[in-house]
Amino acid sequence: MYVAVKGGEKAIEASHSLLDSARRGDPSVPELSTRQISEQLSLAVDRVMAEGSLYDRELAALAIKQAQGDLIEAVFLLRAYRTTLPRLGNSEPIDTGRMAIQRRISATFKDIPGGQILGPTYDYTHRLLDFRLAGEGGSGGEGSAPEEGRGPPPDEAVPRIVDLLGREGLIEEEAASETAEAPPADITREPLRFPADRDARLQALARGDEGFLLALGYSSQRGFSNNHPFAGEIRYGAVAVEIMPEELGFAVEIGEIEVTEVQMVNQFKGSSAAPPQFTRGYGLVFGHQERKAMSMALVDRALRCRELDEAAVAPAQDEEFVLYHSDNVEASGFVQHLKLPHYVDFQSELELLRKLRAEFEAPSAEAAE
Amino acid sequence: MPTSTGTDPQIAARQRWMGILARAEDGALEAAWADLADKPEYRLLRPPETGLVMVRGRAGGTGSAFNMGEMSATRCAVQLEGGEVGIAYVAGRSARHAELAAAFDALLQQPGRREELDEAVVTPLESAQQARREESRANADRSRVEFFAMVRERD
Repeated sequence: MYVAVKGGEKAIEASHSLLDSARRGDPSVPELSTRQISEQLSLAVDRVMAEGSLYDRELAALAIKQAQGDLIEAVFLLRAYRTTLPRLGNSEPIDTGRMAIQRRISATFKDIPGGQILGPTYDYTHRLLDFRLAGEGGSGGEGSAPEEGRGPPPDEAVPRIVDLLGREGLIEEEAASETAEAPPADITREPLRFPADRDARLQALARGDEGFLLALGYSSQRGFSNNHPFAGEIRYGAVAVEIMPEELGFAVEIGEIEVTEVQMVNQFKGSSAAPPQFTRGYGLVFGHQERKAMSMALVDRALRCRELDEAAVAPAQDEEFVLYHSDNVEASGFVQHLKLPHYVDFQSELELLRKLRAEFEAPSAEAAE
Repeated sequence: MPTSTGTDPQIAARQRWMGILARAEDGALEAAWADLADKPEYRLLRPPETGLVMVRGRAGGTGSAFNMGEMSATRCAVQLEGGEVGIAYVAGRSARHAELAAAFDALLQQPGRREELDEAVVTPLESAQQARREESRANADRSRVEFFAMVRERD
């Protein structure tokens, strides 16, 4: 039982003002603008948008500034803001096949239609601190002039690598239902139910904590479950978002968002009903977040154990364990609520313990007599 | 252009300009409105309202739909004196963007003004958007890579 306490208003006010000065830091250093954050800390913004489950670069940048760069606190701020807004509608499913590609690589095929494009990546950097960034100027970003492009024209669809395997029937098919689809589960409206279907799981993973999913994905690679994945394709870029407003009766584009998509290709020995073929794990995340999208794809595949007749033996395959603990706002709230005054609770525990202790010591006192 | 374009050319034309107006950069519609010779009177049928659109994806890119997360969006509906109703749904939280996009949507439905407005507003915006996409694609293309597989001899 939690019993509330009152009072402390003045101290709380003072704490807020201390927070303001801690956030501001040394006033002789120029203040950060949210625009600077959204432009120059763009990967932090991406993470906050994904885990805050709200795509809005300006709001995510503001949340990061307000939270002094504490990204989980920023995610919390974004989630709280989200509850103040009405839902205007649902988008048509985004078509990642028509992405304006910024980066696209495959670890399964060397030569792929549309080519491999490294884009902006830390993969081939030496991880040496670049002291030019600490000094004046020389921060890069100028780049050389674009050369004549050799790629497809911008509006041409770039085929998915997994679809190439699909043509030979070597990988399980992912087909949309031919008949009218029921709306997918929405865990922001209906609580999770178990066993959870893949739509609910993917939604929870897309907004789940990157660190938690990274550790689970890693565990599945190391032998806790039986994943032998290949990164079939990783792509990052902008996709159009369309909605179909009732008053119009046709779809319109409302803008673009950047997403990262990962297709993991996994082994499968086949079953009585299915031939041996590759199976899939899927990751789709707001912004440029490959680590998160890859982790999501690994965990998605691990959680598909039931449908693929695999024994659920590892934490990454336990959907209640994964889905009940992947949300960092819930996790942070429950862990941090321990800081709230529990004086009455603790008093009762203390009294109980004193009583037990007295009983424990009483017989030995008798024996000593 | 939306993938779910119907066969009706009127609808297809409206989908095109609504998408281009929605993608317009900050200030672009304001400038276009300022340049408009005879600005029409309109009334707000639905004042700009900011809310959320749940973005959906598909498992594996092509499978069953799932909800991936929300994005901010703003909608608005206006009516011209002639009765045309303009509607806008635009990403982000700019009330002004939604209002001007709705006003242009209404104006573009007036057969008398469509051609002039398309030439002065819609097509230039479309070209600018295409140029941005092309520049970004050309930049990404500079990092196109050819990998060579090295055969390792086994001892």
